[in-house]
Amino acid sequence: MHRRGPATVEPVVTAIDLAAAYRLHPNVAVRPEPFGALVYHYGNRKLVFLKSSRMVALVKSLNDAPSVRAALETNGVAAKNTERYVAALNSLLASDMLIPVSPPEVSHAC
Amino acid sequence: MLVDQLKSGLDAPICLTWELTYACNLACIHCLSSSGRRDPRELSTEECKAVIDELARLQVFYVNIGGGEPTIRTDFFEIVDYAVASGVGVKFSTNGSRIVAAAAERLSGSDYIDIQISLDGADRETNDAVRGDGSWDTALTAMNHLRDAGFGQFKISVVMTRHNIPQLDAFEALAAEYGAELRLTRLRPSGRGADSWDQLHPTNAQQRELYNWIITRPKVLTGDSFFHLSALGESLPGLNLCGAGRIVCLIDPVGEVYACPFVLHDEFKAGSVRDEGGFASVWRESELFTSLREPQSPGACGSCGSYDACQGGCMAAKFFTGLPLDGPDPECVWGNADDELARIAAATDSTKPSPGPGHSKPTPVSLGRKPVDAYS
Repeated sequence: MHRRGPATVEPVVTAIDLAAAYRLHPNVAVRPEPFGALVYHYGNRKLVFLKSSRMVALVKSLNDAPSVRAALETNGVAAKNTERYVAALNSLLASDMLIPVSPPEVSHAC
Repeated sequence: MLVDQLKSGLDAPICLTWELTYACNLACIHCLSSSGRRDPRELSTEECKAVIDELARLQVFYVNIGGGEPTIRTDFFEIVDYAVASGVGVKFSTNGSRIVAAAAERLSGSDYIDIQISLDGADRETNDAVRGDGSWDTALTAMNHLRDAGFGQFKISVVMTRHNIPQLDAFEALAAEYGAELRLTRLRPSGRGADSWDQLHPTNAQQRELYNWIITRPKVLTGDSFFHLSALGESLPGLNLCGAGRIVCLIDPVGEVYACPFVLHDEFKAGSVRDEGGFASVWRESELFTSLREPQSPGACGSCGSYDACQGGCMAAKFFTGLPLDGPDPECVWGNADDELARIAAATDSTKPSPGPGHSKPTPVSLGRKPVDAYS
């Protein structure tokens, strides 16, 4: 569980890696709305607005996508719009709503 | 635009306040719900659980539980535990009187519970003048219990008044001492606040002081309640809109649903959770909420260059001071309501709405004279 932290802890700012896989934090809920969706983190009580249905589909598809780039492709995000969608993903990452999926460990036969 | 979408309403509220009881061991002079005596028609434990079931179905992420003093209900923990188990987070406001060491321990066990301790002065004298004798000591004792139990970050919630705006820095220091978040909210002329408004509401110079203080402290929470001050310049953080019936509403102790926590008046009653269809149909179909989601006329504010920033201010503040809803807020930073307020003050036939009988006790009671159980 995500503990209530002291007020002074700053989130570590990282950027989305297009080649990496991410999933929604288990304490995060997505509620559909006419404009898109609301995303809420029960642990840190942050609320984020997803402002289009494509954005919602993108975020939901991350759970099963091998990479952000693959998810962007699956959802038909045009190259010229990528920046806008990645910016939104960055804000989800900064709010701890998205967490990186560790790459599978490669077993060495040595 | 997102703000326009929000104004036209959501499938369920983002911010839902639920006053669990009108019973209270205090008698704060600005209480927006005129609390004191328990209403005998209060929702039963089972009815409360049915409301939570519905909120869970609607994916309401959390409820703000208040009162009265919600912890006075003997089923308070049962209701909180049920909500958390249903995936509905709980933030509750308390004067601290029931946050004994064991309660603080118990509350520390869940991350889905957030606590707001109400304090309206940064020292005993200022606080107790508004909240009653002994209320400062009660709140500080509760804060000590929460700290000792390792609860983590709780909130200190302050209603800003003429007497405590000079104490902003002291509130900040107090919150830091407890590792707490500071939350500042706007005084409204609602409930008993109608009677204390003239003596408590900030002066215009203090409003500017408050704005300047908040704008440099992004971590101080404001519940979006000072959007009327955005007329002073840069918008304050938050959505800067009146969420009443659009993203916000209130359920009162007997299950009646109002547009926001500050308008407990028949005019703003949308229905009841006890009606057929329950809360969801009140939220989605009530005539009142539907009309609040229509585009609103700026009225007399239309010709003021600040309307886009302040949106004409707070509906509740206008209503309970007798001002038209499509005109300036009584605390309009440009003083645009002053003439009308002077006219209302001079009028023999008052245009102010009656706040109703409320739930005040016949005489104010000081904490400590009687056991709190006497009111449950």
